[in-house]
Amino acid sequence: MKQNETLAQQEFVARQKRRQKAVCLCRILLLLVLLVLWEVCARMEIINDFIFSSPFRIAGCFYDMLMDKSIFLHTGVTLFETLVSFALVVVIGIAGAVLLWSSKSLSEVLDPYLVMLNSLPKSALAPILIVWLGNNMRTIIVAAVSVAVFGSILTLHNGFQSMDPDQVKLIYSLGGTRRDVLLKVLLPGSIPLIISNMKVNIGLCLVGVIIGEFLAAQAGLGYLIIYGSQVFKMDLVVMSIVILCVLSAILYQGIAAAEKKVEK
Amino acid sequence: MFPKLEVKGLSYSYHTMDGETQALSNISFEAAAGEFVAVVGPSGCGKSTLLSLICGLIAPDEGEILLDGKPAPKDSSGIGYMLQRDHLLEWRTIFENACLGLEIRNRLDGEHRRMVRGLLDAYGLGQFEDARPSELSGGMRQRAALIRTLALEPDLLLLDEPFSALDYQTRLSVCDDISTIIRSRKKTAVLITHDLSEAVSVADRIVILTNRPGRIRKILPVSFEDGVTSPLERRNSPRFSSYFNEVWKILQNKALAGEDSAAGGKGVRDEAE
Repeated sequence: MKQNETLAQQEFVARQKRRQKAVCLCRILLLLVLLVLWEVCARMEIINDFIFSSPFRIAGCFYDMLMDKSIFLHTGVTLFETLVSFALVVVIGIAGAVLLWSSKSLSEVLDPYLVMLNSLPKSALAPILIVWLGNNMRTIIVAAVSVAVFGSILTLHNGFQSMDPDQVKLIYSLGGTRRDVLLKVLLPGSIPLIISNMKVNIGLCLVGVIIGEFLAAQAGLGYLIIYGSQVFKMDLVVMSIVILCVLSAILYQGIAAAEKKVEK
Repeated sequence: MFPKLEVKGLSYSYHTMDGETQALSNISFEAAAGEFVAVVGPSGCGKSTLLSLICGLIAPDEGEILLDGKPAPKDSSGIGYMLQRDHLLEWRTIFENACLGLEIRNRLDGEHRRMVRGLLDAYGLGQFEDARPSELSGGMRQRAALIRTLALEPDLLLLDEPFSALDYQTRLSVCDDISTIIRSRKKTAVLITHDLSEAVSVADRIVILTNRPGRIRKILPVSFEDGVTSPLERRNSPRFSSYFNEVWKILQNKALAGEDSAAGGKGVRDEAE
């Protein structure tokens, strides 16, 4: 505690800390209550646990797959596909936006096409991709990239365009070229934008990967969900969804942590 | 001997889908080596356009710009430009910001690094070399921006209202600071401003422009007794207010009388709208 803090300041800080603790506690309680309610309803046969599953059955299913190590395969496959497609989206997104920025005519010509591709429901493309690329991981990655990449290009390009024209003037007045504007001002100045765009993209890539796995996979969490629902193993389905929740949270937090590091 | 900067019959128009706007018409003036020229005029009279033309960022429709009697080089070397805001890049330290121009021109070697360090030391920023721009006050930032410009060793400095983003008190002292630095380094400078007192306090010569399209209204030489050049001292001199009034009158006259035939008359109408 700082020495010169007044009593009022100390009280204020203590109150804020208490509040934060209370919020945290409530979050955990809410989860526990839901889990207990779910389990109790299943045990008392208010709901059919064959259809709705139950926390214990999910945990059991998880334990079995942990033992035969198959859980690592499926989670790993989904994670791998997500990260590969995410990396591709980031690279293609930045490269595409820079390309559009570098040529005003090109961006004007391509604009309506990008807008159309961006608003097209990408799941509609998945069946075509299977026919074109086959029933494999390539299809899944291309599907995931297609979900996120167009929006990414448009968002970054819009951000690039809102750059302060005086900064461009500064570089030119120092004798720089358009390349210097790109490397000295545009890209370094756009890092916050790029990271906030990455936060959106990681979620979209996961969506794309699951869509892809629904249609063209022999492994992965999306495959487990489809397989589980077909053979009516709802425990498997719900467990996969829970793992997906955790996975997406971890991926998002990973980028948020990177963001904090960059801000420093 | 040729003057450092010679502007001859400069005209420039902007083109948009809504039509053509003439910004500058037949501008001619010169600045001798080491001279401080201020350009004043009503807002929108094309003052900033004039600097962009001199710097070579845009090409004039008519007229020419000579440096030492020769056409200005395309790559604007030898000319330093200071913008309204400092535009220090937040992701660079003060030292890295000051080196930006050298870096762009691929001249960032040990010797130039030492020179930039020397400049930072000389102008009170030595201990802020590794600081981020946001840690500096407005005045210090503007000084850092000046060092960024000076690092390229330009002979001619173009100042585009470089103090207008500062609050009044800071503005007076930064203006004093910067103009003293520029004078002590014997640089030729062209300062754009809409602040008449600023113009009178720093300039050896004031170029007064008319309303859009900017034409030369009058070129007024300014000299103080004992050759006082420090802006703060000049402001205390009795001549200061007489110069101020003279510039004021020249600017006012035009607005009232609606001189300058068609173009001037149009300018007055524009103002009334």
